[in-house]
Amino acid sequence: MKDIIVENICKSFPKEHIQALDDINIEVEKGELFGLIGPDGAGKTTLFRILTTLLLADSGSAIVNGSDVVKDYKAIRRKVGYMPGKFSLYQDLSVEENLSFFATIFNTSIKENYDLIKDIYEHIEPFKNRRAGALSGGMKQKLALCCALIHRPEVLFLDEPTTGVDTVSRKEFWDMLKRLKMEGITIIVSTPYMDEANLCERIALMQKGKILSVNTPTHIKSSFPDPLFAIKTEHMIKLLADLRAIPEIKSVHSFGEYHHITLNEPSENELQLLHQTLANDKHEAIDIKKIEPEIEDCFIQLMSN
Amino acid sequence: MRTLKFLLVKEFKQIFRNKSLLPMIFMMPIIQLLVLPLAADFEIKNINISIVDHDRSEYSNDLINAVTSSGYFQLVSFGDSYQAAMNEIELDASDLILEIPSHFEQNLIKDGAQQVFIAVNAINGTKAGLGASYLNSIIQNFNQNIMVDAIASGNAAPLKNIEVVSLNWFNPNMNYKIFMVPAILVLLVTMVGAYMCSLNIVKEKEVGTIEQINVTPIKKHLYILGKMIPFLVIGIFIFTIGFFVVARLVYQIVPLGNLFLLYGYLFLFLVALLGFGLLISTYSQTQQQAMSIAFFFMMVFILMSGLFTPIESMPEWAKYIAYSNPVTYFIEVMRMVVLKGSMLKNITNHIYVMIGFAIFFNTWAVMNYRKTS
Repeated sequence: MKDIIVENICKSFPKEHIQALDDINIEVEKGELFGLIGPDGAGKTTLFRILTTLLLADSGSAIVNGSDVVKDYKAIRRKVGYMPGKFSLYQDLSVEENLSFFATIFNTSIKENYDLIKDIYEHIEPFKNRRAGALSGGMKQKLALCCALIHRPEVLFLDEPTTGVDTVSRKEFWDMLKRLKMEGITIIVSTPYMDEANLCERIALMQKGKILSVNTPTHIKSSFPDPLFAIKTEHMIKLLADLRAIPEIKSVHSFGEYHHITLNEPSENELQLLHQTLANDKHEAIDIKKIEPEIEDCFIQLMSN
Repeated sequence: MRTLKFLLVKEFKQIFRNKSLLPMIFMMPIIQLLVLPLAADFEIKNINISIVDHDRSEYSNDLINAVTSSGYFQLVSFGDSYQAAMNEIELDASDLILEIPSHFEQNLIKDGAQQVFIAVNAINGTKAGLGASYLNSIIQNFNQNIMVDAIASGNAAPLKNIEVVSLNWFNPNMNYKIFMVPAILVLLVTMVGAYMCSLNIVKEKEVGTIEQINVTPIKKHLYILGKMIPFLVIGIFIFTIGFFVVARLVYQIVPLGNLFLLYGYLFLFLVALLGFGLLISTYSQTQQQAMSIAFFFMMVFILMSGLFTPIESMPEWAKYIAYSNPVTYFIEVMRMVVLKGSMLKNITNHIYVMIGFAIFFNTWAVMNYRKTS
């Protein structure tokens, strides 16, 4: 069963001359952990705001949990949880007050759905009398997640939940999402971090309001068209310039420790030649190896098409 | 109902936790009511006067005594050169010149009439105008006394003259505080409505909490009520402190009219004004914007309300503005009920107008609120 069906959604902001969403089509299965991956300005938040009935699309239609986002917006508001990218709970209310406030406006109580948030709430329970504004970034995220879950939603929208959160908290957060998935909640999460894409069941790569690809992370990675090589020498900056000057090389991108390259006609011979050329260019400690593509490689490859 | 109760609890918690808002709610009425009426005093004392006496007679001496002992004037220079006195004016040391001509006493007795010359420094119009009229009335008085002396000593025939005596109704001593304090109280309540209410709603926009609220099934009208009721309560609270603590204890103002009538009108006024506050909040995205808009309208509301200057003396076009200003009506009602003891039937028109304002602002605000969210 499809829990979210997005068909031909377009949205522009004429004042800013931005086409935020350009003919978006997505389908998300019930109980799926779905990721929207893309840099800032890709249109992730706009899509979320349309699906959570905060914004009207210019054209196209969207159905969330069987309800149309325009006609049945009231029904949707009862059964979705939304955690905006920006922390938007009451900073001057305590942790517990925030939670019980949101429970009340959904006509429920903390007790009623405590089992759902127990694992998450336990982390912040020692600070339940502290004002939300005085919490650390990771704790704020957990509180916001609790508030979005307190009414036991069918669909959970998380807009960049891990942006600005430390690595340990990020890992914890993804573990929590996996547990929530087991409760049967459909989760859509957006993130600008490519490494988090692997933690989703299926992902949509987004760029400038368009969907580049929708598939499982494994499938997206395996459909990378060329063999990929990582290359490293003593002088990485000079290397980048030198590689770009070699006509046999199809693409060069800097990836931290290594540069990732693809060749026009990949073969053992070509690699030997490349090694030779670099040695002639006075590079030392040349290290070239074949690697498996990551989501980021795929994203860049799709983007440049 | 349960939701509304919870919204109110939340709202009051937030207000009472706001470190700058709470003292303002308590201190504002007290401080403003203690200080503002003093600043709005139209009585002018300590007018600096220069007297040029070319006569130096008994009569001129009497006149000078009458002027200086009145309590309104401060004698800064005395001499027989008009030029020297004019210098004082130019140096801003003096506000008025009274010039007594030579042969003042002689001519007064001989001809029964004499003229004195008054020159006024009109840089500060109010001070100059009032100073001149005080001086006039002192001279008038002095004139009368001379005549009475003359009649008593049989030097002149009794005069037939008509004396006009004015009686100040509803405020026998013309105590300006009695009509200023109730009006300033209206200003305080206006600030609560226009500022606090709109800033509070815009704050939720600015912080982003309104997003979170909007994805919940909460009913819009409950949310708006949850925002307005706290400020209605605070408005009534500030009014009560101002009225029963400051006005009663400090200024001994005891309302002549019905208190229920006064509070009923206060309620109507607050509903209208909170609607106005809500309207401002729907047009602004940040607290700074809301503040600027509210400030602009507050200035118009205050200066065009008949608080300081009577509306009757405004030009025709300005009267239209004054009568499209809800504050005008509440100030009128306050003065009528407190000073005159006006009854329901005297202010029926004011009530209809205020109901009109309430419906107008709230409908507009709610319509615009729907559109933007």
